[in-house]
Amino acid sequence: MMERVHVLVCAGTGCTSSQSDVIVEKFRSYVRQFDLQEEVKVIKTGCFGLCQKGPIVAIHPDKTFYCHVTPADVEEIVVEHLYKGRPVKRLELSDIDEETKEKVFDIDKIRFYAKQMRIALKNCGVINPEDIDEYIAQDGYMALGKVLESMSPQQVIDEIKKSGLRGRGGGGFPTGLKWQFAANQPKGQKYVICNADEGDPGAFMDRSILEGDPHAVLEAMSIAGYAIGANHGYVYIRAEYPIAVERLEIAIGQAKNYGLLGKKILGSKFDFDIEIRLGAGAFVCGEETALIASIEGKRGMPMPKPPFPAISGVWGKPTIINNVETFANVPIILLKGSDWFASIGTEKSKGTKVFALGGKIVNTGLVEIPMGTTLREVIYEIGGGCPGNKNFKAVQTGGPSGGCLTENDLDTPIDFDSLVALGSMMGSGGMIVLDEDNCIVDVARFYMDFIVDESCGKCTPCRVGTKRLLEMLNDVCEGRGSLQTLHDMEDLAHKIKDTSLCGLGQTAPNPVLSTLRLFRDEYLAHVVKKKCPSGVCKSLLTYSIITDKCRKCSLCAKQCPTGAISGVPGKEPYVIDASKCIKCGACMTACRFDAVVRV
Amino acid sequence: MKSLSDLQRIRDEAKKRVSMREGNQEYRIVVGMATCGIAAGARPVLTTLVEEAAKNNYPVTVTQTGCIGMCTLEPIVEVFGPQGDKTTYVLVDSKKAVEILEEHIGKGKVKSEYTVGASGVAL
Repeated sequence: MMERVHVLVCAGTGCTSSQSDVIVEKFRSYVRQFDLQEEVKVIKTGCFGLCQKGPIVAIHPDKTFYCHVTPADVEEIVVEHLYKGRPVKRLELSDIDEETKEKVFDIDKIRFYAKQMRIALKNCGVINPEDIDEYIAQDGYMALGKVLESMSPQQVIDEIKKSGLRGRGGGGFPTGLKWQFAANQPKGQKYVICNADEGDPGAFMDRSILEGDPHAVLEAMSIAGYAIGANHGYVYIRAEYPIAVERLEIAIGQAKNYGLLGKKILGSKFDFDIEIRLGAGAFVCGEETALIASIEGKRGMPMPKPPFPAISGVWGKPTIINNVETFANVPIILLKGSDWFASIGTEKSKGTKVFALGGKIVNTGLVEIPMGTTLREVIYEIGGGCPGNKNFKAVQTGGPSGGCLTENDLDTPIDFDSLVALGSMMGSGGMIVLDEDNCIVDVARFYMDFIVDESCGKCTPCRVGTKRLLEMLNDVCEGRGSLQTLHDMEDLAHKIKDTSLCGLGQTAPNPVLSTLRLFRDEYLAHVVKKKCPSGVCKSLLTYSIITDKCRKCSLCAKQCPTGAISGVPGKEPYVIDASKCIKCGACMTACRFDAVVRV
Repeated sequence: MKSLSDLQRIRDEAKKRVSMREGNQEYRIVVGMATCGIAAGARPVLTTLVEEAAKNNYPVTVTQTGCIGMCTLEPIVEVFGPQGDKTTYVLVDSKKAVEILEEHIGKGKVKSEYTVGASGVAL
């Protein structure tokens, strides 16, 4: 018989880490127990985006979204909702309507989703990524069919050019132009590479697309192959994305079975095959030339450009390398037309962009917005602002290659060029929100620490320069810095930018330069007053107890892990021995009378 | 598959299997599935509606709800039309369900003898 209810459980990495795999099993077993297996189908799907509230379970056609579902909730959902038709209100995703102040459950009225526009993520959380038929039901592979039947390779490239699609991996290079370069090369062996080496800490849109909609990427790669005259593709993906790798493998197998990959696709003369290459998870391998070296089995190190990969790429052959999210936009552009795509976004940045919202924000997760949406809309309306009513301080975009944006930039429409103009960049779409409790020097130090680990070591400015830069940042955080340190940092940062071989080194000082420019006062406080205004840099903090406020309750002393606090319960007020204090803050948390202060 | 038309055929088949997820069909049919409804035989009515609708490609979304409040008249089936108009059918069984689909959805005519108004219950 026909199923009447589909239960879609998020099987992305985030929800899987909170037991969504167990939830799927429980659903299946309770559905059998209540003899509903003929009517209810339980499906694993991709990321719904609202990772903060995971694991998420969607029930269709009722359009009920359950959040924070635990394995223990499954029985109730099956009995109440699937059997008796009564949604379990306590688990339903809800929001407060701004006008009526009433609770709303309708997904279109939830602010997190209301402002979003899903193109790259359109199938994530909608289809079962392990079933090619579900992708085909959403017009999957129709773009490939249309291209093979009715378009010449040049028409495909022209369509992509007209759409205004730009690379979503960071640089924002026009995709159609990249394809044109490779297509212009003499006929012969060419390659298509999908760059799934998502290295920016905090970004996970590529992983989610591959986990939730792998066929879209395969279809787009085939289209790109047809456009440039390539018959072989590689997906370069890090081995630390096991779920994405597994789903890609399943997808490639299914596409081959259906004849959508392989020889003479859909009866045409076009052959295309795709191979997965696993990377070891090095940040530098997201750089094109290092990625190519890694595919060839060499050490992942960059080469000077030119020659660009479109001329001489993997195995010395013309190669195009596009990011996962870029590819995810391609099939729909060819189906709906370049005019449709170009109607979305801003003048020079068309379409949408997926951002991974993280840090000090209420709704962490994946959001896809039309280009030109303001930061304020993303952070406050979709993201729900900073938790605990803390003050917003900055948002870091572009990861270790990007910079910070402040309160003043909140009303800037987001696109490739506006972010660069503000001294940051789009990057792959990581968006880390910082609040008043984050020390900006510490944030810059975090990114520099990452870069020092990830520098491949080939060129001196990056290998040695970033290490020295990190040491200077450590000096600032630990109270050894001076005005001269800040001056030296700036000087060195510019030299690293100017002289590094590849994009990693050339952009590595950006977080330092950006924060030095925007938060100079905070740096000055560290080097002149030797204070950390946010109370993060431990070396610059001292804890003490205000004698007048101390009720001699001994709670702080009991919590102190190093026995640095002494006093007599009920008699002598407590004092902290600074030489023993490790500045963990446990006493401050323990004290109920605000007697412990941090300066 | 060997051609675009093969792909289209697979797509049309696959669409039928997932289209119910969208839930935005022209008509929405809601079956009362509380204890009273289930005891009166709502489950076979529900499954019949789902199967028949799929078989005949009727533009309907079939869902369930809790107790509608007239337990003596269960199984109750409510049909919401494209303009938000609601028709309440009572004491439905599988045979009546098929007729309701044929008349109401297929021909656009309310099957008035099965409605709550025709049941003679004073409301």
